[in-house]
Amino acid sequence: MNNEFWAELSGVKKRFGKTVALDGLDLQVQAGELFSVLGPNGAGKSTAISLLLGLLRPDAGAARLFGLSPFRIEPRRQIGVMMQEVTLAPELLVREHIALVASYYPRPFSPAEAMELTNISSLASRPYGKLSAGQKRQVQFTMAVCGRPKLLFLDEPSVGLDIRAREMMWATLRQLVGNGSSIVLTTHYLEEAESLSNRVAVLNKGRMIASGTVNEIRALVVRKHITCSTALAPDQIAAWPDVESVTRDQQRLQISTSNSEAVVRRLLAADSNLQELEVRRAGLAEAFTELTQEAA
Amino acid sequence: MMNATSIESSKPLESFDGSSLAAVMSTGQLLRAYLIEARFECLRMFRVLGFSIPFLVLPAALYLLFGVVLFGETVRNDPATGKFLFAAFAVFGVMGPGMFGFGATIATEREQGLLTLKRALPAPPGSYLLAKLLMTMLFAFIVMAMLIPAALLLGHLPLTFAQCVKVTAINILGSLPFCAIGLFIGTRVPGKAAIALVNLIYVPMMHVSGLFYPLPKFLRAISPIWPSYHLQQLVFSALAIPFYGRAATHAAVLVGVTMLFTAFSIRRLARVG
Repeated sequence: MNNEFWAELSGVKKRFGKTVALDGLDLQVQAGELFSVLGPNGAGKSTAISLLLGLLRPDAGAARLFGLSPFRIEPRRQIGVMMQEVTLAPELLVREHIALVASYYPRPFSPAEAMELTNISSLASRPYGKLSAGQKRQVQFTMAVCGRPKLLFLDEPSVGLDIRAREMMWATLRQLVGNGSSIVLTTHYLEEAESLSNRVAVLNKGRMIASGTVNEIRALVVRKHITCSTALAPDQIAAWPDVESVTRDQQRLQISTSNSEAVVRRLLAADSNLQELEVRRAGLAEAFTELTQEAA
Repeated sequence: MMNATSIESSKPLESFDGSSLAAVMSTGQLLRAYLIEARFECLRMFRVLGFSIPFLVLPAALYLLFGVVLFGETVRNDPATGKFLFAAFAVFGVMGPGMFGFGATIATEREQGLLTLKRALPAPPGSYLLAKLLMTMLFAFIVMAMLIPAALLLGHLPLTFAQCVKVTAINILGSLPFCAIGLFIGTRVPGKAAIALVNLIYVPMMHVSGLFYPLPKFLRAISPIWPSYHLQQLVFSALAIPFYGRAATHAAVLVGVTMLFTAFSIRRLARVG
């Protein structure tokens, strides 16, 4: 076990009956990073997070939070948690829910400070049960940050939020990371992971199939996309070596290729009037799809 | 879009041995956390009018109906009957908050993921259960605080101050075995099934333990299986009216029931949540 890591799974195996949820997973969260855990449904993301939160015990291997067992309360006093499926008492007011969670921590924000931080001060005196689904997520997010945690675990935090609320949440997350906190994010919104993460881990069938920065993950997919306006016929280009597909989008052609340099050289040589040339690497979503399909 | 509140920069931890200042809470802070949990648990249960009104008002209201309106004359001529009715509604008053407040709410909150969240958060050990326990004991106190004036002022029951204090104390502590049974059910079955199961025990216990009327012989023989029977005998002893068995035995049974069901439930909660 390495004590540099704020959260760590090493060689973790976990089964539920005959289903293998995690199959020798190694995962580390460092100080001051936003770490996204991605994977299709059933990949083992929730199990991995549950082990780090002390909600499950591994069958083999070990889970550590700040170098200690996550079953101990001391390391958990330095984490904030936002879960996906939780129903809170509808009768309590928003500020009461936040005051309750804040009381679990040694140096929390006051409820008013926490609500100001996440821009929900106007909801303070509303009963939780009267809030919209998006507002409930914002309250749960405030509960996660109100203890001034070093490490935040957020499970699908922006589900149900409108664009403005989501941008506010992202701004707060960036501010927290900028101030030295770490965040472990599980999300289905790859756009969210792409926009926020320093580092990404892709899980599939209980194993880590890729990890690295967003750019490193995107680079795992060699395919690139070329867009241009040209008089050349799509069928002609499709017959060239290294060209995987060609589609016409209004006046422009979209070419997928694993050797963009060679295709661009040939395009320019074949059509001296070629315009609006653009070469784009695969996005995180595309890389994710490709990686998880390969592993399937 | 950024707001005025700044986030205090978190210094990297110098050691990870758990003794880092950031992770330590003073006794005062811990005590405060327990109190806040209990305060909000009480507050929210008072705000659930479908829970608080029946459980707080019904015992005194039913006592007044039977002990004053319907059988006031009989009770005035026979204080022992009056005390029997008073004891019945006192015990009835603490059964409900314990079994439903614990059983049904824990089952529902488990189902809704609240217990999982509390386990992941650094909630102080046992604060969730302790809060529910204090809520039930407060409800038991309020039930007695309404029942005693009703009995003294409208029921003209000859109760001494010492008897009032004793009965109140017995009933507040007497809510514990019902909490433990509720907890046992709440940790084992889902929300809606828990309400049904609690009812399935609560209703027979109310009628077949001899709470409200003398039982036929064959039922009386099995009435000691119900904790309500033992609590009622203890209340009888505090009111100085005849009762079956020895007070110490009844107290021991209630302590045993509480410990047994609590132990099974805690084990279950620790393993499954």
